[in-house]
Amino acid sequence: MSESVMKRTHLYQWHVDHGARMVPFAGWEMPVQYPTGPIEEHHTTRQAAGLFDIDHMAQVDVRGPDAETFVNWLITYDVRHMKTFEAHYALMCYADGGVVDDLFVYKLPDRSDETGRPYFFLALNASNREKDVAWAKAHASEFDVAVRDLSDETYMLAFQGPKAPEILNRLTHVNLDEGPRFTASTDTIFEDVPVLLGRTGYTGEDGFELFFPAEHALEVWEGILGAGQAEGVKPIGLAARDSLRFEPCMPLYGHEIAADITPLEARLGFAVSFDKDFIGRDALLKQKLEKPDYVLIGFEMLDKGVPRHGYEVIHDDFGVGEVTTGMFSPTTGRYLGLAYVPRDISALDTEIEIFVRNKPKKAKIIKRPFYLPAYRRASSE
Amino acid sequence: MNLDPNARYAETHEWARKEDGLIVCGITDHAQEELSDVVYVEFPQVGDTLAKDEVFGVIESVKAASDLYMPMGGEIVEVNVILEDSPEIVNEDPYGKGWMIKFNPSDPSEWDDLLMPEAYEASVAGE
Repeated sequence: MSESVMKRTHLYQWHVDHGARMVPFAGWEMPVQYPTGPIEEHHTTRQAAGLFDIDHMAQVDVRGPDAETFVNWLITYDVRHMKTFEAHYALMCYADGGVVDDLFVYKLPDRSDETGRPYFFLALNASNREKDVAWAKAHASEFDVAVRDLSDETYMLAFQGPKAPEILNRLTHVNLDEGPRFTASTDTIFEDVPVLLGRTGYTGEDGFELFFPAEHALEVWEGILGAGQAEGVKPIGLAARDSLRFEPCMPLYGHEIAADITPLEARLGFAVSFDKDFIGRDALLKQKLEKPDYVLIGFEMLDKGVPRHGYEVIHDDFGVGEVTTGMFSPTTGRYLGLAYVPRDISALDTEIEIFVRNKPKKAKIIKRPFYLPAYRRASSE
Repeated sequence: MNLDPNARYAETHEWARKEDGLIVCGITDHAQEELSDVVYVEFPQVGDTLAKDEVFGVIESVKAASDLYMPMGGEIVEVNVILEDSPEIVNEDPYGKGWMIKFNPSDPSEWDDLLMPEAYEASVAGE
């Protein structure tokens, strides 16, 4: 894709002015890193808090009398289980069980509706925006719903890290100290900017994803950075976003999930509700009963070397699978990866080899996640 | 971009410096900047004899893996093993503590084929 047709967020100039390295990503020119580098950005997010421009991501809302029925048909998770102001991870699947996209679904009160029924707000991947919107609309025709693509007018930032709640608490009116994980609240920030705050994220840390009118992008971005200056808040680029999501083993579309990979192979069964009907249910139920042939595993390099996306996995001299993501993990200081392998060699401690630049290097299967997300740390205390 | 005035340069972004009859080699400040955070360096064996422009190792950053090329031919005498556990030193001090290999040059006249600092700077500017 040539640079002339690349999209830019409202913060493009800010990123350039602050020394960001801009790269093409999903049709957008996005900051991959700032001058201090991705590893320091990674540690900043784990130890203090980081602010991410993720406006390339897509948002859709679904309203109307059939909104709940339709969303429940469209996605894998049963939204009847959700209260209003709750958020949950889910996937959209093809009839064969392959993944259209993964998403966060929010159940919110529809103020334009007198019957008090909720509406649904979906946060989707940038690279899949057109495909997702077309998919949702194509399936909406049999339902009394309106599906709207709100991506252009909605700005999305992520504010992640252990210090994020107390900093954001100073800027908003709701008491964020009390908001549990996977909830949402509506509020105003910086006096008059209406904002939807999801207590969600893609880093394994506590924190938020913020949705607000796009014209306030610079004001909110600079406002949060300024408010968190004493705590060391920094802007974070896509490279650290990838290493931060990798350690808690959160999937990335095109890597751990794709059209030819199912949520069960990706070990995302927690987001699949079989006690309702949805697109792909029959194929997934069959796979659940028969068990998948291939499954996602985590591995650690025993020989030194950096595993990367696309590298071959070898077991007993045979190529058996492929690395979906691999890198140096800044938090653990180890070289780690995720890969698909046949289920019968997926047990913990199984020795495998990764073909790193034409050389087989020893690795072994280890427990996922590599880094326990904050909400799981809190619940295991 | 920082340059070491005492070093000579290869267009593949290695620097070479004469020290006690040997050649010390690493990658340039420009190269470490382009690579971003370095996470792994793979070295040759001490005793290997490699030709000019032959791959002597691999540097892996958060972005990608890149081959490292001999600026001159020679026999590897020492590798900077500290980088095995602390590859970030390449980013912090590319011309000093971040050196990679020392070798005994096979043909000292190859030194004259390397770029002077100003010429290297110009070649980078033209990339």
